[in-house]
Amino acid sequence: MFQDKKRGAIRAVDHVSFICRPGQIYGLLGANGAGKTTTLRILATILEPTEGTAVVCGHDAVEQPEKVRANVGFLSTATALYPRLTAQEMVEYFGRLNGLDEGTLKKRVNDIFDRLDMNGFRDRRCDKLSTGMKQKTSIARTLVHDPPVMIFDEPTLGLDIMTARTIIAFIRECRDRGKTVIFSTHVMSEVEKLCDVIGIIQSGKLLDEGTLGGLRQKHGEQDLEEIFVKIVSPHYAQTETN
Amino acid sequence: MALRSIGIVYRKELKEALRDRRTLVTMLVVPLLIFPLLSVGFGAMVAVIIGKAQEEVPKIMIKGGADSPDVVEGLKKMDKIRIVPLADDWRDQIVNKQIPLVIEIPRGFEKSLANQEQLTVTLYDYSGELKSEIARGKIQKFFDDYRDRVVTNRLATKNLPASLVKPFDVKQQNVAPPEKSGGALFFGGFIAYIVVFLCLNGGMHPAIDLTAGEKERGTMETILSSPIPRANLVIGKFLLVLTTALTTAALSVISMGVSFTIANHLRTASAQAGDTGMNFHIGFGAALSVFIMAIPLAVLFAAVLITVATFAKTNKEAQSYIMPLMFLVIIPAVAAMLPGIDLTPKLALVPILNVSLLCKELVIGTYHWNYIAIIFTSTCVYAAFALFLAVKMFQRESVLFRS
Repeated sequence: MFQDKKRGAIRAVDHVSFICRPGQIYGLLGANGAGKTTTLRILATILEPTEGTAVVCGHDAVEQPEKVRANVGFLSTATALYPRLTAQEMVEYFGRLNGLDEGTLKKRVNDIFDRLDMNGFRDRRCDKLSTGMKQKTSIARTLVHDPPVMIFDEPTLGLDIMTARTIIAFIRECRDRGKTVIFSTHVMSEVEKLCDVIGIIQSGKLLDEGTLGGLRQKHGEQDLEEIFVKIVSPHYAQTETN
Repeated sequence: MALRSIGIVYRKELKEALRDRRTLVTMLVVPLLIFPLLSVGFGAMVAVIIGKAQEEVPKIMIKGGADSPDVVEGLKKMDKIRIVPLADDWRDQIVNKQIPLVIEIPRGFEKSLANQEQLTVTLYDYSGELKSEIARGKIQKFFDDYRDRVVTNRLATKNLPASLVKPFDVKQQNVAPPEKSGGALFFGGFIAYIVVFLCLNGGMHPAIDLTAGEKERGTMETILSSPIPRANLVIGKFLLVLTTALTTAALSVISMGVSFTIANHLRTASAQAGDTGMNFHIGFGAALSVFIMAIPLAVLFAAVLITVATFAKTNKEAQSYIMPLMFLVIIPAVAAMLPGIDLTPKLALVPILNVSLLCKELVIGTYHWNYIAIIFTSTCVYAAFALFLAVKMFQRESVLFRS
């Protein structure tokens, strides 16, 4: 809940509740302004909820925000890199902030740089990197402390197709490694490709939830876009009026 | 744990700051290069201009004087001026700075002196123009001496003593030590102003870069997703701003010390040629005292800068918020330079003005220990409050995610 000068009190997220398990990708699907980013920021403890809470890896997001963040890797198009640090320094900085000792950090950084094929630009400053290199560095930054939970907030927004594919492949790899993945987007094809469970959100409310197959069956539609429109339309009109 | 995370943030911010050209310029180049250039270079340039103007032989015209040959002859014999024929457009020539001065000798001047009548010699000049002022000074001295001679002759003729027209003398005797009087007081105020101003200036860019700059670049959300508590994060950033502010202040004090030593050396050389300028000097003890008093002030500046800049969404917005802050700092620092404003118990509680007034005293070697205690403590309290505000500001989501 927050105050807007023109619109007054706004309930950005209203009683949203869902469970995401290890080895599963939970897709949060919604239009712009639906409440996806606020939900994910609350889960990553970047924002504190006015009421309610979330539990991440057994830690309360309101009571133990630092412990929650230590178990979460958060990536969005808004999470940029420090321009005057090199790719390696950027990753090391977040490793240290996550409490890694120098020995573990060195090994972890070398492993990630090998795995993501980043050795060619590890000593290059972030402001000199291409978009693809920046995305790899961002991924390395989220992975360095090997968090069990990964949160992706519209991670492919504004990216070219090749960079977006790198991100999609990385999200899939996280699931394959047994991590709990929460992923927000408004791109239907990404949800169809990736998500094990889909939550449809609009006006801060979780309107429906289920597997792709379950939603198809429930709403009698094959096309996810049609299902989405069917669920969201009545609430969307209401949002526009507000 | 808290110290470790603050240290990690501080080291990272320091690394970035040392790679930032703007930070390096304000922290190193301004105090080490610009200041000496301004003080020594500008001072030397002014000295050269004045010296040149003094050495120049001014062309002077005389209006009238045909019936006063002695005065005209006396003027022509002066070795530091050259008399040229009067031109019709002499007024325009003065205004156009072609000639600095015209002397008007009234008709029957010498005759009126003999008859003990009073006439007026008029000097036409360009007020405020350096060469005109110098020429007027020379001619004024000539006529003062001439008048003294006339008076002495008149008294001698009547066998009267010179003390008749000058019954007593008034003499000024300075009892304050030379290093604490005259221009030294202004010099102390100037040093305080420079330290205060550069202290703020040194922290300004890093404070904006580390807060509003992070928001603008999108790295704020990145760092907030890490497990570091926000209080530790803002303290790490604050320490970096404090470092740059203090480094700038320290370098400016050192730079001033060196600059004035060089300037004094140059002045000593010219003093041997007759110039008796005042020597400015900062001792090591005074410099150290000024620096120690600058510490709580730098803490105050760093915390206020972080608080104000955190509120802004962009670098530009932060700059527009900080500009009025600069005036708030400069005005009391300039006020401290003014003659007649001295430390009082009330002024000792006014932030910035108190440190500026104290530094002015410290530079000339006066230590008011009671004021030092009050000012150090009060500035520490203001600084702690400002730091508390900065931490609070960094914990407000409505500020961090302002859109």
